[in-house]
Amino acid sequence: MNHKLLEVKDLKKYYPVTGGLLSRHLGDVKAVDGVSFYINEGETLGLVGESGCGKSTLGRTILRLEEPTEGKIIYSGTDITKLGKKGLRELRKEIQIIFQDPQSSLDPRMTVDQSLGEPLLIHGMKDDRKRAKRVVEILERVGLEAQHALRYPHEFSSGQRQRIGIGRALTVNPKLIIADEPVSALDVSIQAQILNLMLDLREEFGLAYLFIAHDLSVIRQVSHRVAVMYLGKVVELAERNEIFENGLHPYTEALLSAIPGIRQKKKTRILLPGSVPSPLNPPSGCHFHPRCHRVLPVCYEEEPSLKDVGGGHLVACHLY
Amino acid sequence: MKEAILRVKKLKTYFFTRRGIVKAVDGVDFELLKSECLCLVGESGCGKTVTALSILGLIDKPLGRVVDGEIYYNNVNLLTCPRDQLGHIRGKEIAMVFQDAQSALNPVFTIGDQIVEQVKLHLELNDREAKERAISLLEEVGIPSPEKSVNYYPHQLSGGMKQRAMIAMSLSCDPQVLIADEPTTAVDVTIKAQILDIFHRLKNTRQMSLLFITHELGVVSEIGDRIVVMYAGRLVETATVSELLTNPIFQHPYTASLIKCLPDITQERDRLESIPGTVPSLIEPPTGCLFHPRCAKAMAICRKEKPSSVTVTKGHTVFCHLYS
Repeated sequence: MNHKLLEVKDLKKYYPVTGGLLSRHLGDVKAVDGVSFYINEGETLGLVGESGCGKSTLGRTILRLEEPTEGKIIYSGTDITKLGKKGLRELRKEIQIIFQDPQSSLDPRMTVDQSLGEPLLIHGMKDDRKRAKRVVEILERVGLEAQHALRYPHEFSSGQRQRIGIGRALTVNPKLIIADEPVSALDVSIQAQILNLMLDLREEFGLAYLFIAHDLSVIRQVSHRVAVMYLGKVVELAERNEIFENGLHPYTEALLSAIPGIRQKKKTRILLPGSVPSPLNPPSGCHFHPRCHRVLPVCYEEEPSLKDVGGGHLVACHLY
Repeated sequence: MKEAILRVKKLKTYFFTRRGIVKAVDGVDFELLKSECLCLVGESGCGKTVTALSILGLIDKPLGRVVDGEIYYNNVNLLTCPRDQLGHIRGKEIAMVFQDAQSALNPVFTIGDQIVEQVKLHLELNDREAKERAISLLEEVGIPSPEKSVNYYPHQLSGGMKQRAMIAMSLSCDPQVLIADEPTTAVDVTIKAQILDIFHRLKNTRQMSLLFITHELGVVSEIGDRIVVMYAGRLVETATVSELLTNPIFQHPYTASLIKCLPDITQERDRLESIPGTVPSLIEPPTGCLFHPRCAKAMAICRKEKPSSVTVTKGHTVFCHLYS
């Protein structure tokens, strides 16, 4: 269990912004700006943050769907940022991704067995019958039936489509799945079905997840550890219960208090003023200081680093 | 008992498509009382938005049509009144906030222009007065430096600010009834908290009646007085929010499972309870109670007969054979 499957070290992904005469380099959108974390085998790391904080970019960069600007991504001991085409192909047998929108992530002109069979073909299963058998096996595992194999994506409901998306990720027996908001486009009753399916699969195949979501209650349901991101940086990372019962960073506090819930007692809500600033031109010092309710003079000048405050609870805030 | 300002009776809105008749809203009854917040809750495709659009006469013809029912605003039947009377009520007396502010605002006009247009249509104000009104409305919904923002185009505002501008626009003629269609769905949690805060303030300061459409029960518990739960175009349950969320004895099985399948932030559970299957097709709905194929407590009668309303306690009605 305590074997590190994936380790990300000081990962950065900048998108250059050019403009004006001769396309001068005007600056960078720092989508991911120095993020470090690790995921153990069979572990789920929840990654939470508001839209535009860089959580999806981070997920895509780990799979090398985006090329990292700087930093290391170590999977099972090898740095995958330097892998060539062949190495990447091998890597993607190990790491797979589930996208947010099952509608647009499935090819509308491919039947389900084509969509699910394609990764198998790419990874060397040339025998048609073997492939068909594997597809049926996967379909039944994710709660669909063999007869669904010949249908097209539009013939399914969004919940079923997300099951197909999960199935497609599973076909090559990966060890790590990056789940990018897998349930946020679904209705509550369907959301619960998909979350349960993902938990069952984790148990059965010993999967590790990087579970990206903006919904904290979903994160609590599935994660072992939770990382909170704000404007390209991890501001807090700790065991699940630490975050939810003893969240230290003012941003985490505000996020937790902002959730409308039917079970908790009325509490005082921390209303954050304004919205997430532009990552092109982030505020000085701590990026969160213009919205922070516990701001100190030092926050305007100096950027806090991620420090261990005990028991593996990391927080980037001058208060601690 | 407060007086009803909006009464929807046996509303049926169907869409006539090539594949068949879609019974999007199939016999819905409810009343919106003066200065209350009524929440209309259900999963996507259950007819919440179509109900709201029917009230405002915004159903796309000829594909869709209100085939039966009555909608009374005070004592005017909105379905039969003359067009110009409806035009006078819509936007002035009954206003609407749409879900997606991005696509509901016109990208080629400034938000000020769009508010002024509505103000001048309904109220007799000159350009300067209308603009001043727009500025004070933007201030009321918490848009910073309203004198400057009034000249912004929608793309210059963030998602949360666009949603605020929409709310300001809907308030421009001091409506009696405000219909808000999922105003918190497309925004982040911290922005959601801000928007809910605005609705709280509006409810207290303006004494408006609010018809709040949402699929999130958490939001309902924050803002709602009473709740109407819909499933596949029909009513499932009507109750006060406090009764529904705290008195699980009389809950409709659908409402009960909706509550149970929410992940809980305050404690962890190994598995979530889930509702098997999916929302039925509205073209060929199941017989009897529409929920019976997914219901854990379904009985023989549920397959055959459509349940009628049962009053279990005062102000709490359930459409379920379990209670009849």
